[in-house]
Amino acid sequence: MRYAMAIDTKKCVGCNDCVVACQIENKVPEGFCRDWVVEAVSGTYPNLELEYRSERCHHCANAPCVRCCPTGSSHIVEGGIVLVDHDKCIGCGACIASCPYDARYPHPDGYVDKCTFCIHKVRKGEQPACVSVCPTNCLYFGDLDDPNSEVSKKIKERKYKRLKTEAGTDPQLYFLI
Amino acid sequence: MYNRRDFIKITSLGLGSAALATTFFDSTTASIFASQIDSTIKFSQTPTYCEVCFWKCAGWVTKNEEGEIWKVEGHKDDPHCNGRLCPRGTGGVGMYHDEDRLKKPLMRVEKDGKQTYVEVSWDEALDFIANKMTEIKEKYGPESMALFTHGSGGKFLGHLMKSYGSPHITAPSFAQCRGPREVAFYSTFGEGVYSPERTDIRDTRCLVLIGSHIGENMHNGQVQEMSEAIEKGATIITVDPRFSTAASKSKHWLPIKPATDLALLLAWTHVIINEGWYDKEYVEKYCFGFDQLKAHVQQYTPEWAYGVTTLEPKQIIETAREMAKAAPAVIVHPGRHVTWYGDDTQRLRAVAILNALLGSWGRRGGFYFPDKISIPSYPHPEYPKATKSYLDAMKGKYNLASEVISNGLCEVTVPSPERDWNIKGWIVNGTNLIHTLPDQKKTMEAIQSLELMVAIDTMPMEITGYADVVLPECTYLERYDAIRNSPHRDPVICLRMPAVEPKYDSKPDWWIAKELGEKLGLKEYFQYKDIEEMLDWQLKKVGSSLKEMQKIGVKTFKRKFDDLYLIDGQDFEFNTSTGKIELYSTELAAEGFDPLPSFTEHKQPPAGFYRLNYGRAPVHTFSRTANNPNLSAIMKENDLWVNPKVAKQWGLKNGQYVWLKNQDDIVSTFSIKVRVTERIRWDSVYMVHGFGHSEKNLSRAFGKGASDTELISNVKVDPIMGGTGMRENFVTFLTEDPKPKEEV
Ligand code: SF4
Ligand code: SF4
Ligand code: SF4
Repeated sequence: MRYAMAIDTKKCVGCNDCVVACQIENKVPEGFCRDWVVEAVSGTYPNLELEYRSERCHHCANAPCVRCCPTGSSHIVEGGIVLVDHDKCIGCGACIASCPYDARYPHPDGYVDKCTFCIHKVRKGEQPACVSVCPTNCLYFGDLDDPNSEVSKKIKERKYKRLKTEAGTDPQLYFLI
Repeated sequence: MYNRRDFIKITSLGLGSAALATTFFDSTTASIFASQIDSTIKFSQTPTYCEVCFWKCAGWVTKNEEGEIWKVEGHKDDPHCNGRLCPRGTGGVGMYHDEDRLKKPLMRVEKDGKQTYVEVSWDEALDFIANKMTEIKEKYGPESMALFTHGSGGKFLGHLMKSYGSPHITAPSFAQCRGPREVAFYSTFGEGVYSPERTDIRDTRCLVLIGSHIGENMHNGQVQEMSEAIEKGATIITVDPRFSTAASKSKHWLPIKPATDLALLLAWTHVIINEGWYDKEYVEKYCFGFDQLKAHVQQYTPEWAYGVTTLEPKQIIETAREMAKAAPAVIVHPGRHVTWYGDDTQRLRAVAILNALLGSWGRRGGFYFPDKISIPSYPHPEYPKATKSYLDAMKGKYNLASEVISNGLCEVTVPSPERDWNIKGWIVNGTNLIHTLPDQKKTMEAIQSLELMVAIDTMPMEITGYADVVLPECTYLERYDAIRNSPHRDPVICLRMPAVEPKYDSKPDWWIAKELGEKLGLKEYFQYKDIEEMLDWQLKKVGSSLKEMQKIGVKTFKRKFDDLYLIDGQDFEFNTSTGKIELYSTELAAEGFDPLPSFTEHKQPPAGFYRLNYGRAPVHTFSRTANNPNLSAIMKENDLWVNPKVAKQWGLKNGQYVWLKNQDDIVSTFSIKVRVTERIRWDSVYMVHGFGHSEKNLSRAFGKGASDTELISNVKVDPIMGGTGMRENFVTFLTEDPKPKEEV
């Protein structure tokens, strides 16, 4: 099992619903976020391009945050989901520094927090909060090892890119372009 | 001049403290959880429909372990949302949690020569209002009361007003937003576009957005359908001086010079007629006035339009061709918030005409014929007949306005020697008129002339600070409301019920209307014990029940007839005086207006000034959400989009704060952050509406960003329907604080 997410940048309108839903679902404290939306503009008026990218932890197959964690609180569970054990985390911030995607934030309660792919929902057979709310239906979550999952199909059908692959992280967010 | 009614900062009085936070209904009133809810059903999830915007998506409210509202999610069976709320709807819970909410009824009193509010009981507040309203009725007639409303509660207060005898019920959504399009489509097709729009976007092959930034205006079902259309490879054509989100998803983006849209529409019409690209059979069978239209648009060549719009003829022809290729599965979108330059009805007529030529009205992928069931109102005596109308004072103007014009009521409130009568009392419900109506000076004048002003709201807003009585309304998550019954592909109804008891001492509008009605001696109009009895009665009439709706939330009915679209060759009588789609409008001609839309030129900004364009962001609506904790976390202020060339000229840096001054020397109260971006032309600036709040008790929103509304002082009124054109204001930058700040 290999959980992954595909994000269709052709459909995303940058509305931030994914962010709001995540904050409410996961009680993310005000001023922080587990997911966010990047607006990338290129060109000059009127020859312009604009891409919205809903980003979050890439649940890297080769995760520097896990490797550098001194207490072992950052770890990988079923389906490759990268988690932080809040009780073991001492908030040293090594993982924050090591993550090339800025995916982690220091929770005011003294531990480091980030996207969990809503594992509490996924284990119940539901979709992550961001995926189930997205009004344009542009986020797809599922098992890459299952060729019939929507993610697998999208990645097969469409061109995609992954971010900062040169960091050797093997990220599991696929941006459909 | 404005000292009769000072603005009162609601903070300044020892308001209900946190201890009040758990106050439930007091003993004089019934609990909103009356006996009719079957207590054996465990409502871990309660049905609702969203109240953050007018789209009214149905959803489910889930509570947390403590019994507090945790989240709201979309209802799968609702075609407004298909199980997915928009960011505002998702963040709607913030309305409930916001600690700045209005908590107790307040009354304006004078203490030591200063006006202030004191907390009163509901009984005292409503007695005061009832006495005043009785006095106004006796002295000036019931028509001298007006209701400004937005949202679901307006149904009940509207009923109260009609029972009392006043026809003056208005929502800014008409004259400040979609009115011109409704009037234009009525005069062309004999029917309006309605809400939600009857656009068949999910099946369209070509969507033309002209001044409509779907995606930034997060009208949920519509955004979802646009996304579906993109996936299916539909062509999108976007006309916008700004590189909007929709523009970025478009095959063709036409970066038009602001204020010239009508020129492009007429040139498109010219091309489509002259190239013979229109739907000949359709036009022949259903349309009236084709020859006049053809002759009329000969002057509007693409070459002519080039000079006006700065769009190349090649582009104009190519996009016209795209539309024709897709026809009839094409939508030239009517838009929303179309009050721009005062000739808006005519511009929207041009949109309607273009759709008619392409044969998209009543066709799959164009505009469908919506349906809804009819829900009878709870029995009540006939409403008294009004003898006066604000239109009497309008010198025969605006006869084609299909709804009451909010700015018209405002105008008729200000005493004038030419009128023997003016409006004396306002009830303002859920609409922050200070940020809703342009020309704030006029709004203030009207407010100062009132003998009674009541504000009903969930939050302290600029408008509530001017009220004589402030009534705290509970949020939509804490109340029942009328059955949502909006037109759609299939008739669908949905229920909103309270998920929890109202916080603080807030009440639902249905209760306020009924209590006030009884105090006004109008008991026979409110013959139900509570809203549950009324809803149950209504629902049983349409083959459901309150009990059923509490469980399912949304119920879809079958259409009586299979008439979503016209059948090929079908005879059809349109609801116009010719029975045809009127390309040439006999109705407009009869009222002395141009029966065919003509181009009129609009002013361009003088040197050093830029057109003030404003719009929407997906996380906020109107001026109501800036303080919402969940939504302000995403976007706490608006910024000012400035083209890099302009920024360079003025030495403006990204992130720098500036003040804005408009052509009438009005300076923004607050500064706004500059965002240097290629996404905007050099002749205009852009900001999102609804920021720059001056009410200090909005602890998150106070002073954040600038208000576009306060800079809109040049208002071009549409002669046909009285809408306020608000895009003819120009601003320039002030890099230093222009005025020693008075306490705002
Ligand atoms: S909710 Fe969907 S459309 Fe909106 S920003 Fe997130 S991914 Fe994009
Ligand atoms: S994105 Fe950052 S936090 Fe997430 S797994 Fe990769 S390195 Fe770790
Ligand atoms: S579109 Fe958004 S704000 Fe409007 S009703 Fe739907 S969920 Fe609520």
